[in-house]
Amino acid sequence: MSAAVSQNVAIRTSPFARALIYALLIIIAVYYLLPLYVMLVNSLKPLEEIRQGQMLNLPQTWTLEPWRSAWSTAQIGVSPTGLLPYFTNSFLMVIPAVAIATMLGALNGYVLTKWRFPGDNYVFGLMLFSCFIPFQIVIIPMAAVLGFLGLSGTIPGLILVHTVYGLGFTTLFFRNFYAAFPTELVRSAMIDGAGFFKIFTRILLPLSLPIIIVTVIWQFTNVWNDFLFGASFSDYDSFPMTVALNNLVNSSTGVKEYNVHFAGAILAALPTLIVYVVSGRYFVRGLMAGAVKG
Amino acid sequence: MSATTTPFMQIAGLRKSYGELEILKGIDIELDKGGFLVLVGPSGCGKSTLLNTIAGLEPITSGTISVDGQPINDLHPSKRDIAMVFQSYALYPNMTVGGNIAFGMEMRGVPKAEREVAIAKVAKTLQISHLLDRKPSQLSGGQRQRVAMGRALVRDPKLFLFDEPLSNLDAKLRVDMRLEIKRLHAATGKTIVYVTHDQIEAMTLATKIAVLKDGELQQFGTPHEIYTKPANIFVADFMGSPSMNLLPAKVISGKAGLLLELVQDGNKVQLAIPATIVSGALVDGQSVILGIRPEAVTDKDGADRNTNAIAMLEGRVELVEPAGSDTFVITHLAGKEVTARMRADVVVRPGETVPFAFNLDKAVLFDPETQKRL
Repeated sequence: MSAAVSQNVAIRTSPFARALIYALLIIIAVYYLLPLYVMLVNSLKPLEEIRQGQMLNLPQTWTLEPWRSAWSTAQIGVSPTGLLPYFTNSFLMVIPAVAIATMLGALNGYVLTKWRFPGDNYVFGLMLFSCFIPFQIVIIPMAAVLGFLGLSGTIPGLILVHTVYGLGFTTLFFRNFYAAFPTELVRSAMIDGAGFFKIFTRILLPLSLPIIIVTVIWQFTNVWNDFLFGASFSDYDSFPMTVALNNLVNSSTGVKEYNVHFAGAILAALPTLIVYVVSGRYFVRGLMAGAVKG
Repeated sequence: MSATTTPFMQIAGLRKSYGELEILKGIDIELDKGGFLVLVGPSGCGKSTLLNTIAGLEPITSGTISVDGQPINDLHPSKRDIAMVFQSYALYPNMTVGGNIAFGMEMRGVPKAEREVAIAKVAKTLQISHLLDRKPSQLSGGQRQRVAMGRALVRDPKLFLFDEPLSNLDAKLRVDMRLEIKRLHAATGKTIVYVTHDQIEAMTLATKIAVLKDGELQQFGTPHEIYTKPANIFVADFMGSPSMNLLPAKVISGKAGLLLELVQDGNKVQLAIPATIVSGALVDGQSVILGIRPEAVTDKDGADRNTNAIAMLEGRVELVEPAGSDTFVITHLAGKEVTARMRADVVVRPGETVPFAFNLDKAVLFDPETQKRL
């Protein structure tokens, strides 16, 4: 009885404090959402309206023309192609780069935790070290390597760069995840007669969904949003989205079509947003439940 | 079954070290077909490592392990014809119970129809038929334990290995499962090696017990031998609950034979030593440790009537622990605590001085220097 009373007292905050907390939260939310709002409303206005100022006003005339233009007709560099071909480039780059880096990271993590070998910790240390190397340092050696391999200015070249650069992180993720993975499961599978790859594909991988999601989100966002590697190692026909967007916004000829720029920027950000929203749902805990302990 | 001269499982001169650190220091164990060997000892004694070397999960430094006349120590775990039940059960959480039980057969390429038959049979034996489509996460601790045993049983291997299988269960379930394992062993006649730190599990299940400490085999024998004739003070102290009373004493010669002299509250008391309890000769003035189990120290009426080696000693009662079936009475002798196991309905109170009946036929003597039994 007394417990119930004291709990009631404990959870009661004064209405004033509550109002203050909500007001503060709303202000912060608005502050963060404002840029998105500005981009969105201005991408739906004709250029005339933007020129008159009042960036925060809703459009007087609603139009999808800026989006159409950004997508398929805007001048990017020398040709009026819109962002579409570069959007395709980015996907052609990001999907293999994410898939390969995630797969190799998972294998690395598996070997580094469950098939320990002398010096494995040094190998892991070196891989970890690669996470801390700034992009700028590797640009020139990487350019030399790509040139040597004949991959300069191509999408496969970009895939290679992003895979190599992502490997340190994906290995780190999987290694730490598998370090907590019960070794008795691996031993049990070993006695049951499963080999190296059977244990990996039948036991570890099916239980790795949470870390696969984390790795995919991380690797996808990094590769998609990368500008430096894209600008350094690609050519007119292999520019990723980010470089094309820059070329669209920074074109020095003609008028600045702000509405088209806003639409293009939102288009460029859309895939990462979708990845977060969709995969976040699968980011479930408790997949390991029932494996061990009573 | 034909009688064979070589034991079914033989471990000879087994050593295992991690660099400088020696984990197993020359283990020799033999087990007959259908035997139940329990490896018991405190944490870090090497019992789990020994089991893992039998399983092939850890390589050995030297020595041999053979099963059914075949040396297996260089074989991969999957080629040793063993099955193991892990402490954590190690059920594959992504597979159903049926999938778990079938996994080993699947890896060995047993056809699906055959697997189904085998699963059904094992599930019936362990009464888990209704659980076959569930995931391990949907099972209780006891059910997971059964599934883990089912996974081992279905393979029908030469040797079963159990690594502390009951340590994750609550007390009541542990007793039930212990009985079940014993029943299973009796019914199937399988050869089992079982690791535990629980000496009651060891006593109740084993046909042979190996007591380990610091990587060395302290004693290897039947539960009865281990309990009544412990090889050294460690084994005497480790096996049995409450543990054996160990009292420093001195041998003196009396008129009728040798006597043990103990100090009680500053006074000297003497107990006659039956000649049968020592294998070697005792000399006058020798220091010894008298080991006597709580059940051999009783109240007068509870004493064994079939022996004439009962010695009575008065002692002051310090504590009384009624345990339901017995009453444990604690007194002091020779500077040590002595636990006596009296009848449940005995009336003693702390502070009283009461007679304690020592059944010296059940006593053992140890050398305080070597710690070995005399």
